Amino acid sequence: MPNMDLKKTPAVEQDPMVRRGNFEEVSQGYTPELARTEAERCLSCKHKPCMAGCPVNVRIPEFIQCIRQGNLPEAYAVLRSTNNLPAICGRVCPQENQCESKCVRGVRGEPVAIGRLERFVADWAMAEENRDKIPAVQTAPSNGKKVAVVGSGPAGLTCAGDLAKLGYDVTVFEALHTPGGVLVYGIPEFRLPKALVRREIATVEALGVKIITNAVVGRIASLDELMEEEGFDAVFVGSGAGLPNFQNIPGENLNGVYSANEFLTRINLMKAYSFPKVDTPIRIGKDVAVIGGGNVAMDAARCAKRLGAENVYIVYRRSKAELPARAEEVHHAREEGVLFRLLCNPVRINGDENGSVQSMECVEMELGEPDASGRRRPIAKKGSEFVLKVQTVVVAIGNSPNPLIKNTTPGLATRKWGGIIADEETGATSKPNVYAGGDAVTGAATVILAMGAGKKAAAAIHESLNDK
Amino acid sequence: MYRIITKQRLHETVTRMEVEAPLVARKARPGQFIILRIDEAGERIPLTIADYDREKGTVTVIFQKVGATTNRLDALNQGESILDFAGPLGKPSDLEGKSGKKIAVIGGGLGIAIAYPQAKALHQAGADVDILVGFRSTSLFILVDELSSACKNLIVMTDDGSNGNKGFVTTALEDQIRAGVKYDEVIAIGPLPMMRAVCNLTRQYGIPTVVSMNPIMIDGTGMCGGCRLTVGGETKFACVDGPDFDGHLVDFDEAIARSRMYRREEAESMERHTCNLMKRGEM
Repeated sequence: MPNMDLKKTPAVEQDPMVRRGNFEEVSQGYTPELARTEAERCLSCKHKPCMAGCPVNVRIPEFIQCIRQGNLPEAYAVLRSTNNLPAICGRVCPQENQCESKCVRGVRGEPVAIGRLERFVADWAMAEENRDKIPAVQTAPSNGKKVAVVGSGPAGLTCAGDLAKLGYDVTVFEALHTPGGVLVYGIPEFRLPKALVRREIATVEALGVKIITNAVVGRIASLDELMEEEGFDAVFVGSGAGLPNFQNIPGENLNGVYSANEFLTRINLMKAYSFPKVDTPIRIGKDVAVIGGGNVAMDAARCAKRLGAENVYIVYRRSKAELPARAEEVHHAREEGVLFRLLCNPVRINGDENGSVQSMECVEMELGEPDASGRRRPIAKKGSEFVLKVQTVVVAIGNSPNPLIKNTTPGLATRKWGGIIADEETGATSKPNVYAGGDAVTGAATVILAMGAGKKAAAAIHESLNDK
Repeated sequence: MYRIITKQRLHETVTRMEVEAPLVARKARPGQFIILRIDEAGERIPLTIADYDREKGTVTVIFQKVGATTNRLDALNQGESILDFAGPLGKPSDLEGKSGKKIAVIGGGLGIAIAYPQAKALHQAGADVDILVGFRSTSLFILVDELSSACKNLIVMTDDGSNGNKGFVTTALEDQIRAGVKYDEVIAIGPLPMMRAVCNLTRQYGIPTVVSMNPIMIDGTGMCGGCRLTVGGETKFACVDGPDFDGHLVDFDEAIARSRMYRREEAESMERHTCNLMKRGEM
């Protein structure tokens, strides 16, 4: 008999009052017993609606069935057959909009906690004592063809892993000193432990993928040079959306104003929270404003809290219903004491005589008619200006694609805002043998959509090169 | 890992290092920079490429011991390695169509090391180059022989007059202009106040002036925006839009304020570094 409980089995979580003082993972996941209990909630529907919601086609009912049967090696093999990074997806995918949104259990009650189950299986497989129980991933014999992947974020790693499985000689070029892209510089330790990212990347390298760090494509070689001089048969560009947007309001260049990228990179990649044990510093005021309402804004606000800020404000110009962040992230941020200043828009940042942030002037907003995006457009309320006392401001209003590849690749068509134009189904660009996917194409989106794009591009590259 | 092939102290606080980095050397051009990280605990710092040898696969940097990282870098010896060394970053200097142009290359302090490859490239491209450099004192002279071989006319100033030529580079530049030298362009590289002073002077005479900005950076590829500055009323990123900019448009006051952002932390880091060296018995 299936478990007919209407609610998801809760995962073990660190207490909010404790965790807001540390960088350890918030959710501790399922124990084997909890996982079994939750797996029993799956009805193993014949038509598998959940799979249609997964950008990388994880065979969800199959892996959950394996958990029920207590066969974790097989559960992991099912996951890995279509997903190169399950421990990461189980943690950072917006399952509520994807697989779980299609789950029939969600019609009455909560859907099966697919994300937590995926994470449970992946974590089991990552544990040292289980390594030898895991069946090796099958890779095809080498076909002698070379593919270059630009960027080692979720899109690049997925594309590289899939191509390596098909027998390609894959080299990934990473601009930073550590592979992982947004998984290491963007998403904080308490949501995605970096040791786990390293292990997940090691499983991709174990497929034969080579990763070269400190290699800025566009500078060390152009895409044309990679293909003409270095002998790569195709290139996949997964260089992400790494150029931070600013609001263009007065005072944005004052000391104490960070782009979310800079703020999070100092903390996540450079470990500034350990300063002076590490050399990279970060400056956190007693009062911190984070501008924006997405996942990145929540990450920044929760980091600020952990670094000792007393008052951390999320300043967002629309209302709660429009917050683009995952519901769980907003919930976690509130639990940790982050304050929400909704329907509020910054108009100017004020500094002191040394050029450091002293306060931020905001205006209250109200929602008008829906705009092109379908969301109600925020309009400033006249005379509602007020001043928020802050010493640190983090601008988390999105990123644009880095222009380096665009500027060094003649014949590569891009959109006005800088995104590379690529076919949605294949990732093919306007340039022969050049494919692209992830945030470099879509602008800032999610890890799993980037992985989906990497996967489609790998299949398309295989189809194209296999014919030659 | 990137091996240090040669290390040479130019004087007490300035060191030249030739580092094995074939991918960087293959594409490096004057005006570009690298970002290095010494070890796992290290910060990422930008250093201008002072020279490169494509055949040997090496890149030369010159740095001054000013903070914890540069002091730790200086403590490394020939044969040892640097963990990370990425580049070439930034736009190369614009050296096109400079043949026959009268150009003053002005360097102050460590900026001289950065100005040298540009002056050399311009000189080789057939420009008529004057180099004007300033040191605090003769004891701090660096690269004087190299500089004199990279121009037609080298003017060396000292703050204390110890070489018999007392004054700032701006004094020398103004003297040249007043003596009737017609510069088509000025390139100024050095501390922010020096570049600001040169720009204030050349603005009066309407001489186009290029400056090389070296703000605080993390990734050096456009990702963090920490290196942003205001140029002609617009925000620019030194790492991808520069590091060279029209000096007459740069907001130097803002750049100076931003360069001081981590003063307190830099002092703390430096103190910690000094303590560590003392423990190791190196001081």
